[in-house]
This record gives sequence, C-alpha cells and structure tokens, in this order.
Amino acid sequence: MKSLAEIAEIRNTMKDKVSPAEGSNTMRIVVGMATCGIAAGARPVLETLVSEIEAKGLSAAVSVKQTGCIGICQFEPVVEIYQGGKEKVTYVKMTPDKAKRVVEEHVVGGKPIAEFTLQEGEAVNEKPVSLTETRFYRNQKRVALRNCGVINPEDIDEYIATDGYAALAKVLNEMTPEEVISTVLASGLRGRGGAGFPTGKKWELARTLVQDGGQKYVCCNADEGDPGAFMDRSVLEGDPHAILEAMAIAGYAIGASQGYIYVRAEYPTAVYRLNIAIDQARKYGLLGKNIFGTNFDFDIELRLGAGAFVCGEETALMTSIEGKRGEPRPRPPFPAVKGLFGRPTILNNVETYANIPQIILKGADWFASMGTEKSKGTKVFALGGKINHTGLVEIPMGTPLREIIEEIGGGIPGGKKFKAAQTGGPSGGCIPASLTDTPIDYDNLIAIGSMMGSGGLIVMDEDNCMVDIAKFFLQFTVDESCGKCTPCRVGTKRLYEILEKITSGKGELSDIDKLEELCMYIKQNALCGLGQTAPNPVLSTLRYFKDEYIAHIVDKKCPAGVCKDLLTYKIIADKCKGCTKCKRNCPVGAISGEVKQPHVIDPDKCIKCGVCMSNCSFGAIVKE
Amino acid sequence: MANTISTIPFKGTAEQAALLDKVIAEQKGKAGCLIPVLQKAQEIYGYLPVEVEEKIAEGLDVSLEKIYEVVTFYAQFALNPKGKYNVSVCLGTACYVKGSGKVFDKLKEVLGIDEGGCTSDGIFSLETCRCVGACGLAPVMMINDDVYGRLVPNDVAGILEKYKN
Amino acid sequence: MDMINVIIDGKEYSVRKGATILEACRSVGIHIPTLCYLKDINEIGACRICVVEVKGAKSLVAACVYPIDRDGTEILTHSPEVLKSRKLTLQLLLSTHDKKCLSCVKSGQCEFQQLCKEYGVDDENKFEGIAVKYEKDTSMPHLIRDNNKCVLCRRCVAACDKNQGVAVIGANERGFITHIGSAFELKLNEVACIACGQCITVCPTGALTEVDDTQKVWDALNDPSKHVVVHAAPSIRATLGEEFGLPIGTLVTGKMVAALRRLGFEKVFDTNFTADLTIMEEANELLERIKNGGTLPMITSCSPGWVKFCEHYYPDLIPNLSTCKSPQQMMGAVIKTYYAEKMGLDPKDMFVVSVMPCTAKKFEIGRDDQAAAGVPDTDVSITTRELARMIKRAGIDFNRLPDEEFDSPMGLGSGAGTIFGATGGVMEAALRTAVATLTGKNPEKLEFEGVRGTQGIKEASYNVAGVDVKVAVASGTANAKKLLDMVKSGEKDYTFIEIMGCPGGCVNGGGQPFQPASVRNFVDLKALRAAALYKDDENLPVRLSHENEDIKTIYREYFGTPGSEKAHHALHTSYVARKKLNVNK
Repeated sequence: MKSLAEIAEIRNTMKDKVSPAEGSNTMRIVVGMATCGIAAGARPVLETLVSEIEAKGLSAAVSVKQTGCIGICQFEPVVEIYQGGKEKVTYVKMTPDKAKRVVEEHVVGGKPIAEFTLQEGEAVNEKPVSLTETRFYRNQKRVALRNCGVINPEDIDEYIATDGYAALAKVLNEMTPEEVISTVLASGLRGRGGAGFPTGKKWELARTLVQDGGQKYVCCNADEGDPGAFMDRSVLEGDPHAILEAMAIAGYAIGASQGYIYVRAEYPTAVYRLNIAIDQARKYGLLGKNIFGTNFDFDIELRLGAGAFVCGEETALMTSIEGKRGEPRPRPPFPAVKGLFGRPTILNNVETYANIPQIILKGADWFASMGTEKSKGTKVFALGGKINHTGLVEIPMGTPLREIIEEIGGGIPGGKKFKAAQTGGPSGGCIPASLTDTPIDYDNLIAIGSMMGSGGLIVMDEDNCMVDIAKFFLQFTVDESCGKCTPCRVGTKRLYEILEKITSGKGELSDIDKLEELCMYIKQNALCGLGQTAPNPVLSTLRYFKDEYIAHIVDKKCPAGVCKDLLTYKIIADKCKGCTKCKRNCPVGAISGEVKQPHVIDPDKCIKCGVCMSNCSFGAIVKE
Repeated sequence: MANTISTIPFKGTAEQAALLDKVIAEQKGKAGCLIPVLQKAQEIYGYLPVEVEEKIAEGLDVSLEKIYEVVTFYAQFALNPKGKYNVSVCLGTACYVKGSGKVFDKLKEVLGIDEGGCTSDGIFSLETCRCVGACGLAPVMMINDDVYGRLVPNDVAGILEKYKN
Repeated sequence: MDMINVIIDGKEYSVRKGATILEACRSVGIHIPTLCYLKDINEIGACRICVVEVKGAKSLVAACVYPIDRDGTEILTHSPEVLKSRKLTLQLLLSTHDKKCLSCVKSGQCEFQQLCKEYGVDDENKFEGIAVKYEKDTSMPHLIRDNNKCVLCRRCVAACDKNQGVAVIGANERGFITHIGSAFELKLNEVACIACGQCITVCPTGALTEVDDTQKVWDALNDPSKHVVVHAAPSIRATLGEEFGLPIGTLVTGKMVAALRRLGFEKVFDTNFTADLTIMEEANELLERIKNGGTLPMITSCSPGWVKFCEHYYPDLIPNLSTCKSPQQMMGAVIKTYYAEKMGLDPKDMFVVSVMPCTAKKFEIGRDDQAAAGVPDTDVSITTRELARMIKRAGIDFNRLPDEEFDSPMGLGSGAGTIFGATGGVMEAALRTAVATLTGKNPEKLEFEGVRGTQGIKEASYNVAGVDVKVAVASGTANAKKLLDMVKSGEKDYTFIEIMGCPGGCVNGGGQPFQPASVRNFVDLKALRAAALYKDDENLPVRLSHENEDIKTIYREYFGTPGSEKAHHALHTSYVARKKLNVNK
C-alpha cells in the first residue's frame, strides 16, 4: 500500500520517462497496441523494436513501450518517437523491416525517415511529420483520450506519471462528497453514453434520495454495442486506470464502496488490461480498504457481457449483473433509488468517467470553457464509413459536422458526394448534407432527429440507399430486441417487414403512413430507451430522404443502386464484344448470346449478383 | 418443437467436472453469479450441454429453466459444440438457385446431423451462412477457411473424407 | 396514510401517495386495462396495454408500475393518444396470435379477446407478417400449452416461479422468437412440473388450458353398462357459483348436488365424507408415529401437486409424507370396495367421476398404488370449470335449481371436512379430532384461529393433554419450500405439517373458475372463497370428523378401526422419488 508521498515520488521519477523533458537524453518509443493496432500487425513491430534496441545496447536510454489507440486506424501499425525538446515523430503502416530501419537511421543515426511518416495528400513530405501537425489531429482536443497513445496502459506508474490518481488523492483529502458533486455539476458534464443526462445530477440523486446507510453501487457501462463504435474500447485499452480512478471518486461522492464494470466479452484486450489495472491498483492500495489512509473503502469487480446489445440500457445492464436475462425494467423507480440488487446505483459510461479526474484536477470552469452552452467539454467520435480518415477523434462540443467530415475526416473518397452522416447507432438518425453546418451537441442532434449516442459517426455517400440503411438498423434492432415489451418485440419486426416490402419493390404509398404510425407508436410505448429510439433511423430517413422512399414505391427504383430487387443488369449492345465471359461466369445461366455477338441478360433468371459486371472487360454491363 | 438437447454424446471428463465444481464453490452465494459461472463453464467445456447446466442448477440451487432462459438470451452461450471442422453452406441467392439447398440436405444426410449440430465424434459441425462473396463458384461451402465451389451433392462425401484423418 | 392530490382526466382527486397510477385510478373509480400485471408477482410493465399519459413524461407510462409520488401529477387515462396506442398494441399482438376464437375454450373468458372488443379493434389483420408456429404441448394429463395463443405476458412464469417455487417454465430465446417453454424446449412431462395448474388460472388467453375430460364423462353417462357416480370436493361448493354469475364466496352446495343429479349421475356423494375419513386415518397415523418413534414431522398428503413436488424436490422427505390417500382417491377406493360390495356391483362396471378444484388430481388418478379394487380408484377427474361447462351444455339453469341433498351412504360430511378446501383446514380438522382422541373429550372451542388465514406460512403450538404439539401450515409450494428448508436445517421443529400445493389451498386451486386479473388484483380471492367454507363449517350440525355418522358406519361395517389392515389396503398408498429431468440424453 502506497502513501500519498510514495505516489508523489513515483510521479516525479516517472515523469521524464513518459514525456522526456527538454535536455533529457532519454528517448521514448511507443507502439499503438490497441485491438486495431494488434490486428494490423503491431506486435511484431514492437518485438522488433525491443530486440533491435537491446541488440544495440541502447536499453538504458531508449524505452520501447506499448500504448493504446493513437487514433488513426487506417495507418496502423503506428509508432511514435518522443525526444526531449523535439516534436514527436509519427511513423505509420509500420512493419518489422521498417522498424529495423527506424532504429538504425532515426534512433541511432538521429535522422528521422520522412517517407515512413504520416503523409497527407499527394505530395511526399521531405520533412518527417508528427501526428499533431496534421489536419486530422490539429483541431482535436484530447481530454478523455489524453493518455491513449501516450502511456503504457499496463503500467500504473506511467498513469501516475501523468497525474494519475492525483484527483482521487485530492478528493479524499481535500473535498467533501458534496463538493465533488457540485464540481461535477458545475462542469456541465453530461452522460456520454447516449441520452446526455447531467452526470452531477445523477450523482446527487444517488447520494441524497436514499440515505439509509446501506450499500450503494457505482457501475461503469462498457458494453459498447453500437455497430461502428469503439470509443469506449479505446479508452479501456489505452487508459484503464482513469476509469478506476473516476469510479472511486464517484463511489466517494455517492457513498458507495463497490463498483462494477460491465464490459463486453468481445473486448478481450480491454478485459485483460482492466484486470491488470485492477490488480495494480489494489497492490498500491488505490482500490480496497482505507484508500490513502482515509476511511474510504472502494473495490471494483469486472462483469463480462455475454452478447446482448440491450444490456447497454441501464436497467438491463443491472439485471444482467444480477445474473438474469438482460431485460430492462420500468422506470421509475430510477436506479438512483432502486438499481443494482435493489440498491441506489449510478451508471456512467466509460467516456464520461474518463473526463472526471481531469475535471477534479483542472476545475469545473476549465471543463465548462469548452463546448456549447448546454453541452460542455469534448466528445469522442469513431469516424467511419465513406470517409478518407477513419479513426478516433475527440473534438470540442459544438464543432460543426462539416469540419469533422471535411477537415478532420479529410472528405469523401473517390470524389463522391456526401449524402448523410449517421450518429447514435441504432438509436440515432441520419443527418443530411443540408445540415452539415449544425454544431454538434446533444440538443442540436435531438432537434434534427438524431442523437449523440455513444459516438459512432458513419459517413455515407451517394452510393448508399437510405431506405436500405434504415432497414439495416431495423434488422439490428429486431435481432437485439430483448422481447419483453410488445411494441419492440412485435412492432420493430413489423416495421422491418414493411421496409423489406418497400426495398423489394412491393411497397405501396400507404406503407409510408403505416411506417410513420408504427414509428410514433413505438417511440411512445416501448418500455426502455432502446425501444423508444429504435424507430429513429426510419423517422430520420423519412424526414430527409422521403423522395428515396417514394422512388422505391412509385418508380420501383433504388436511386443509389443498392436494393437488388429493384435493379436490372443490362448489357449495352454497342459495347459488348461477344467475348462470352459474362455468360460463362453467370451462376444461374441468365445470359445468352453467340460468340462475337452482343449478349443479353434474361431479367427473370438474373439474381443480380453482379458477377457479370465485374467480369466484363469492356464496361458493357450496367445496372440501373 | 424438438428439444434442443445436443445430439452429441457428452464427453465431459472428471477433470472438467472438478474444475466446474471449483468454479461453483467459489461463486456460490455471490450476488449475480450465474452468468460468470456459465461463462467459466463454457470455457471449460466449450459449450453448455444439459449435463453441464444440470450440474450448475444443482450447485447453485436454481431451476434448470432459470439457467436455460439466461443461456438462450445471450448470444455468447452455445448449446452445441462446434466440430473440429465447421462446415458452412452458403444459402445466399446465387448458391441457392444453383442447388446449395440440395448440397446442404446431402451434408445433413452424410453427417447425420441438423443445422447447428455436431457429429458425435466432434469432427464436423454444420451451419448455413449468407453470401460468402463467391457467387461465380456457386454453390459454395466452406470448411473452416477452405472454400469449395461448383458443388454437386455427390461431391460431398469425398470432400468430407479428406478431413476425417 | 399519506394522501396527495392528483389530476386525473382533468378532475382533481386525493389518492394514496406512492400508489401506482393503476391503483390510484381504481380508488377513484377509473378502470385501466391490464394484461401482464399481476399484483406482487408480475409487476413488469411489459405488455403496454395500461399506458397512460403523464404530463411531463417523454413517453406514455405503464400505469401498473408507475408510482405517484408528486403532488399535482396530471394523468390522462383515455386521451386519443392513449386509446390509439392501446389499440395498436392489441393489433400487434393479434399479428402473432392464432385467431381461432370460435373454437377456443377460453372464448368469452379471454382477457385479450375482451380488450379487443373494448378497444374497438376493427381489423384483426392490420399487421401482417411472420408469426412463429408452435407445436402444442399435450404431454401432461392435466394441461395443454398452445403457444400460438400466448401473448407473452409471463403471468404463468410468475405463478410457477414466485408462487410455486418450481420455475419449470420461463421465457426462452429473445426478441421476436421469445416464447414460454421449459429448459431445452422439453415437454412438461419431461421436467419437474407438479401439475398444480396455477399457470392455467392466471393465463389471460387460451394458451394454457386444462385437458378437458368432459367427453369421457358424457360417454360414461350414456353407457348403460356403467354405474356412474360422482363426488365433489369441499371447495367446489364455494366456487362453482362464480361460473354462473354469483358473487365470489357464494355457497351453492344444494344447487351443485341438484345439477349433478340432473346430469345423470347415479349417485352424488360428498368428498367431505372422505375428508373426514382422511382425518380418521391421518390422526391415527400421527398418533402411531408419535407413539412408535416414526418419522416426524408428519406431512399431509391430500394435495397431489404438493405430493409430486415432494417427490421431485424433497425426495428425502418422502418418509415424512402421510401414507393416507387423498380424499379423492379414498372416495374412489371406498366406492369400488365398500359401496360396490354393499350394492352388489362389479367394480369393473363402475365409473367414478370426481369434481375437483385441482388439475393435479388428473395426474393423481394415474399414479401407481391407487387401485384398491384392482381397477383405478377414480376414472375421471374433472375441474370446477369442466363441471360448469357440462352444466351449461346440458342446458341446466343453475341459479333456478332447488337445493338437494347428497346421496347415502357417503353423503354426510362434517364441518371439519368442508374446511379441507382452505389452507389450514386439514390441520384444524385433524386438531379437533386429535384433541378428542388424546383427551377423551371434544375441544371446547372448535376454531383453531392460529392455523386460519391466507398467509403463506402459519405456525402454532397447542398443548393437548399435557403434550406440546407444534404444527405448521404452508400453502403454495414456494412457501412449502421455505418451510421445509427451515425444517431440514433444524431451524424449526414440528410434529405435524399441513401443506397444500396452491396458495390459499384448494379454494384457489388450478381447476377453479377463472377470475380475470382485473378481479384478482383487487380482491383477495383466496380469503373470499375460504370464508364461504368457514361459514359452511359453522352452520353444519356435525363439525368433527369422528362424529360423522356415516364415518362411524363405515368403520363399523367395513374397516373396523382406523389403520386396520383393510383400511391400509384401501386407503393408504406409497410414493416414489422422481427425477427433475425425465428424458433420455
């Protein structure tokens, strides 16, 4: 068990190792080893760096560490080199061979290899590039992600070096629980998991509504299930101690001594690192009895999700921790009164917690200075879809969507036109091109029919069919509905079936009314937040892209060319050379024609698999 | 509806049983321990057959149905073991019209198992999938990562033979 | 009681603080429909039929679980939005429902059907789409499960788990394919179902129904070669009237006898008689056990649901079960031995029908060691509901029937016999006779208040002739479980325990008339029905089993003494340990 002074000592000795100061002769190499980095081949790169440095006898001055997500997914594996007084150098798409050269030329030779560094645009930079200088990075503001890609997540000392556990020390030694709550309240922090309920308010209710001296619980929602969202995974993999520290602070604030982290079993790296972090924190006495010698006790248990999206809903998550089917419960009673095991409970998501230690250390005013009037601070987004720079970005609230797409995201690939951005996953909606100047915050997103959600941001271009997108999300909702309440169990299924009818060309105009009626009904009647927001993908596409629905129903056409049943493949006689390749490759024998004569496709037999089109060397086959 | 008890004979060992007993002893009485116990049990056995669920029911003193309703709620839990070789037949449109349904029927006949099942020797399990993106080769099946295309039902036995040793 | 002011449909009312919207509205005369809600055991807010508007809430709320704790809460219970929502919920449920209402046994008593009528569902096919088709489960002798009529309210699951502690059914799978079933989709006869039928009584639709055995009865009645006799259990007289529109708790003994006679039964006997006989045998058995150091506590065996529960879940307590057959089986045995001899009839030509409050009785008649005359003691056991169906089909105007008397020689029942139908009744009847046996004189006060009432578990201690007799009573097998666990752990120690499988005893049995949730949630069905039996006891000329003249006669003419060899052969039985899973793996 470490005392305050011992923690401070660790901080002092580690500081220079984590970020070498000017004049220091140490060098630090970090390798992005989050799930995506590992999948891209970061491990052999790390191993090569370690063995090369050792072989060259440089281990004393040069440290090689793994770190969490650096944020630029499509450039993985990523290696960054820090040297005192110099801008860091970011190497991308690394391989073991490249790593050897980096050690040789940069570490030993002192000459960074510009061509291995991050390149933006066409021209190859002469000068080595640091991530911090890029369009992708420079408008970002890292609060929740501040340690991701910087520290070694498996080393508590590195976390301590970046002021880790200083907030907990401050809270326990200098603040009353009420002061902690009023600081969080004053910061304006709102829940980052979806609905944006004020975090301080949640804590205050859990502290004050029931005061019977009994057990209370602090839970962390790490059951990130939205397709295309991985913000929470990145924080857990890159900075697990921040979550533990924040949960302990929350425990102190509401009067709880037990915490649970509910994390997806599909995140093995996150689970592994959380387990390490919990062990280390217990060894240091930062979890357990009498933390920092005070009479505050707090411990944390991990619970693994077992593959049910609905467990991201707060009451379902608690039912699942209780060992039951993860079905939501009606509210009220709210968890602040009757939550886990029937006791007062708070549940915050990973990103929310990641902000807490910073708010305590830097103050509510600092946090509230970022963002918009009602949405303070920053928000992390997982940027994906039809966008040049996919990755993890953290931006101040209020940043317009256009800036995220065009500046940070680097625009749409292939010169295609932006059509819509989807936020909020299956609970969210699609934002059309006409609204890209909307500053992103909780209230604006709700007003335009979407929601913040946990932070997935999927960009779509002209090749995406919006009816198909709505159907995709509804399919997801149907698969993941818990089956408890009628509106969600049966209603979403019927909603899906109507969308299927429309995309298969059998829709009637009255189906649009039926869709709207069902959507409004589900929104009003479903038991839980997930059910109530399940119609959003349909409602928002109906709102902004009704013409596409009409095209499917009236013209029996899919303007984006996605819905198979509404497509026809045709051979343009003028372009067809009669090579017979399409005919030979058609899996269903739908193409006929003689050698050197134009071929034709029998639309009745054609199954629209597209094999002919991809096989045609003359561009003679079109779909419409 | 036929029952969902796995047709594969249960081959649990005494070591596995001892491991599960240990898990149950550690977890029993802890609030909300059922799911962690099921997760550990699945780690030990690879799946959650009736024999294992009965043992957990007995050990934790809950009804078997209360375990089964949890098992069937979460996607992670399996009632059948996967074979050493997982045979997956594409029933996507292209494959289907080219007769993958007949290939699938033949597989069921040759292996003596249904969709989602596993042969009693644990070698083959059988699944269907949607398009694997190899429409030009339809009908297609995959055995682990190997793709077999342009199949006719009579090919099936010969292909499976290759995996039997 | 804290009261607060609320505005419901524009009018101000004072209601109990913390009451749900449903309760508050009910208290001021506003009815809100429900489907999944069952007070105390199924407060899950799942079906969404009871939605109402609460000013300030972002969506409609479920009235059944929404507590009112804010002064000035504004509630709209039948706004256009609310009515439209309820109708859509019904239409969505209908899209997965087998709509064969004409041939459904529940037609007219179906809560779902009733709601569709109330909410003007004018198009039962508004939503078309996939509906999963389920096979019926007909594996048990007492129940048919047809999931094609299930609305997933989970009332049956709650009854099975919370009241009965059995939990052999639950919600399997999730989402659209969620359905009620047993572990591994096994049939009910393959799992440890105790046949209590509590699931049937709470089912709002025709998804759970008893196996209808009335055709067998009609056939027997029309078979000239059969001597068909019937007997009706104590609690039937307290509940049958409900089927004919009479208030809950109306005693209809005389009309019931008259109706049975008009249906064509040769003789109409009273199961109260064998209830008294049970007391004679059971009291003797208890005293023998005490005297000879037999297994104690002795536990009653009248309730076949409880007996099956014991065999599955507490096989180690089988030696504690009284070996006495249940009154139903004693009556069958007596009819086919004593009465047959007396009348010169071949038991093979006799057909014994029992009218029971119970579905487990249908299971009991097929048990081993229940054939005193070499043929099954009972041929058909029908429930109160089935009897009502027969009376209606026969065109008998029940309410205009005269009061008639049971037939001899098994037509007399004491007050002690009649209270067998309520929890604690067997215990009280036994205590009355035990006191008389041990002290040589009848107890001064016949009412043993300590074992009366509808609580799940009751304990009492009586000093009888200088001996402390500690007794306990449990009803509903979940309570039985609690009680037995305390006995097994040594925390409690009793001489005699009465257990009835259904909460409240036979008056609330699985075969009793349906009462919709709108009634169940607001009245104490068990207490109202039991009150009728206690009143019957009070008014009967004979209130002690051993003073029943017909009982005296049968011992004199046939059995000799309680516990005699002859009695043992005809009136006692044996039990088997049963597995929880009955399936070949």
